[in-house]
Amino acid sequence: MNEILPPVIVGAGPAGIRAAERLVAAGLRPVVVDEAARWGGQIYRQPPDGGFTRPKAALYGFEAGKADAVHRAMAAIRDRVDYRPRTLVWNCEAGALDLLSDGASETLPFSQLILATGATDRVLPFPGWTLPGVFTLGGSQVALKFQGCAVGRRVAFLGTGPLLYLVAYQYLKAGVEVAGVFDTTPFVAQARATAGMLRDPATLAKGLLFVGWLRAHGVPIHNGVRPVRAEGAERVEALAWRDASGQERRSPCDAVAFGLGLRSETQLADLAGCRFRFDEADRAWLPERDGAGRSSVPGVYLAGDGSGIAGADAAELAGERAALALLEDRGLPVEAARVKELDGRLARIAAFRRVLNAAFPFPTDWADAIADDTMICRCEGITAGAVREVARSGQAREMNRAKALTRAGMGRCQGRMCSATTAELLSRTLGTGPDGVGRLRAQPPIKPLPVSAGAERREVA
Amino acid sequence: MRERIECDVAIVGGGIVGGSAALFLRQAGLSVTLLERDWCGAKASGVNFGGVRRQGRPLEQLPLSQRAHAIWGRLPELLGTDAEYIRSGHLKLARSEPDLASLIDYRERSQGFGLGLEIITGEAFRRRWPALGDRAIGGSLCPEDGHANPRLVSPAFARAAAKLGAVVREQTPVDRVEKDGDRFVLLSGDVLEVRARVLLNTAGAWSRRVAEAFGEPVPLESLHPNMAVTEPLPRFLDVNIGVEGGGVYGRQVPRGNMVVGGGRGFALDADRARPQRDAVLTLMRDAAELFPQLRHAHVIRCWTGVEGYTPDRNPIVGPSRTTPGLFHAFGFSGAGFQIGPGVGQTLAELVTSGETPMPLEAFRIDRFPPTV
Repeated sequence: MNEILPPVIVGAGPAGIRAAERLVAAGLRPVVVDEAARWGGQIYRQPPDGGFTRPKAALYGFEAGKADAVHRAMAAIRDRVDYRPRTLVWNCEAGALDLLSDGASETLPFSQLILATGATDRVLPFPGWTLPGVFTLGGSQVALKFQGCAVGRRVAFLGTGPLLYLVAYQYLKAGVEVAGVFDTTPFVAQARATAGMLRDPATLAKGLLFVGWLRAHGVPIHNGVRPVRAEGAERVEALAWRDASGQERRSPCDAVAFGLGLRSETQLADLAGCRFRFDEADRAWLPERDGAGRSSVPGVYLAGDGSGIAGADAAELAGERAALALLEDRGLPVEAARVKELDGRLARIAAFRRVLNAAFPFPTDWADAIADDTMICRCEGITAGAVREVARSGQAREMNRAKALTRAGMGRCQGRMCSATTAELLSRTLGTGPDGVGRLRAQPPIKPLPVSAGAERREVA
Repeated sequence: MRERIECDVAIVGGGIVGGSAALFLRQAGLSVTLLERDWCGAKASGVNFGGVRRQGRPLEQLPLSQRAHAIWGRLPELLGTDAEYIRSGHLKLARSEPDLASLIDYRERSQGFGLGLEIITGEAFRRRWPALGDRAIGGSLCPEDGHANPRLVSPAFARAAAKLGAVVREQTPVDRVEKDGDRFVLLSGDVLEVRARVLLNTAGAWSRRVAEAFGEPVPLESLHPNMAVTEPLPRFLDVNIGVEGGGVYGRQVPRGNMVVGGGRGFALDADRARPQRDAVLTLMRDAAELFPQLRHAHVIRCWTGVEGYTPDRNPIVGPSRTTPGLFHAFGFSGAGFQIGPGVGQTLAELVTSGETPMPLEAFRIDRFPPTV
């Protein structure tokens, strides 16, 4: 029976679309399940249908060509895939996914599954981060791409990672005043890493262009920054920050966009039973995958940022590579030359990724500066002090215990937004490495599920 | 180098029973070592529904349950926290005349145990709980029953015991247990050896191995009650709700989240369980039918745990029938949370004085016919 089930792909971003394309080319009709209304994922998110006229060049900048190619690839196979937009996968259990769409739940059995679940912003709190006007970098970009609006008139960009400069550049191009780029990375580290970027001159040139463009337009760029607080009565009025010399400074703004790189969405891989390992580069627990995208569970494949941050270009390649592995495991012929080419290109991106990580290192001391009264879990209103207290008193030495005792990670987001913070606070308080405090166990539903779905069960099509 | 501990009492299992026994034994001045393979109160004691309920228990449990009730009333004094314990009342709903008759019958039979049950029906019922509408024709209220946060209560017992000087070792599985003369010897890997005059087997779903080591096999099976919690909602319910005949149960915590339970999860392995899709969906359907206030709410989390069940759904509590100095307390069959501290106190009593006024005949370990 298993043999006749079509492959299922979760996620219609660059990884999911390239996987689907490859499976269709092999004569299969995959199911593509995606939460969004239109394909493209986060990075190549498409604006809503109708009434939105910004051209792709304006929406995606340098990436317009890639975005367009990915969008067209999906359009070309649209009638040869079972495409399920606006559909949440809320559970994976015993060889079947549970889907939620139009308020009804449906169980979809699979024998082969490609998880291309993508990533969200990794954020660590700082005082004032819950003030209206503080957004994540990714959220600020989505506002621009999807809603055609900016998060403020005068925006401060704070954090680290390639997205920091990209979004600042996009905002400037969209006509928004950029109050400054506040990069947590010391200038020296970045300069040293830039040399390594020569492996990928195109990316280096792009990065230099963002920086150059920002500077040419009078945008101050600060390195080695730490946030002091977002200030304001009703909403953000200024960002107080500490410069590399330790001096406190203040930059007026009406919005702050911040982020410290991305974090993978791994809940489905966890529910599917995949084995996890701690990844030093991502500073996170990730499902194991081999070079082809095979997880530790036969029939479950992993592609794209959902199982380790490598960016959109790598996601496209990894999606196709996982599809080839799936085909091979299905006993279908695959082109060896193509496999070799993809493996080579993925290896080069991985090497470059290491350089990029050096250029945008995670600020390991950030968590130490989070004041005890700063709220770290917004769903449940839990403070940094509460998490530190259960660690300091010896009550909690790992994530699930800290969650049980403090509620951090128990709310609507189920720790997707706050568990990086909890892990940092716990491990810094206990003096272990970030790998020493474990990870939250995934439980269904991975996102909030309407109670009414219990009465609205759809039979399998 | 293996660490050696000599003590009066060794306890295997740091749930609410083992933790409270440790606390009461320390209060009596005995030296105690508590070994927990996971974290104290992290298993069934810490992840159950959180109902603190005497109503509906078999009559033979009520003396222990009443004893526990008195302890629950002293939580802040004993544990230094109220652990969100509220005497909200427990209301058992009747959805049919036979169910109502059954509730009335229970009230009659449980007279004299001090539950103070009130049967409320018709107009009075609807006036008192308008939120329940006409989905029940009446109910039986136990005014001093209530609910608490199991994640906080259960670890707190072991913590309070430790504060009084009990040696509490977490992440310490017991690999071997035997009796050497008049001493029990417990080994955890090659790290720890505990020697004790008395052994308490309070290891919940994992208790069978200890019992078997002393020639007392028991038909204990692991089951996984399925639970879910919604996002915070406006307060509409001030009592802990059960339904006569079983099915869904629910309570609303002060911050507004509605906790509901019903159905079963499934085992991932011997130690872990997960909610099961059909149980989750059925629970949501039934909960929304009983509480229409949930119709537009979201479930934000589901969970389950691993709990030991006996064939007659009564626990095993009392002295071993093979080995002097060994006492068992496990197999609470999904209803150990409220009664747990009462059992812990009774174990302490048995250890210190050799007797207890609590009737334990129904909980003898040798009551089950031998199984193949």
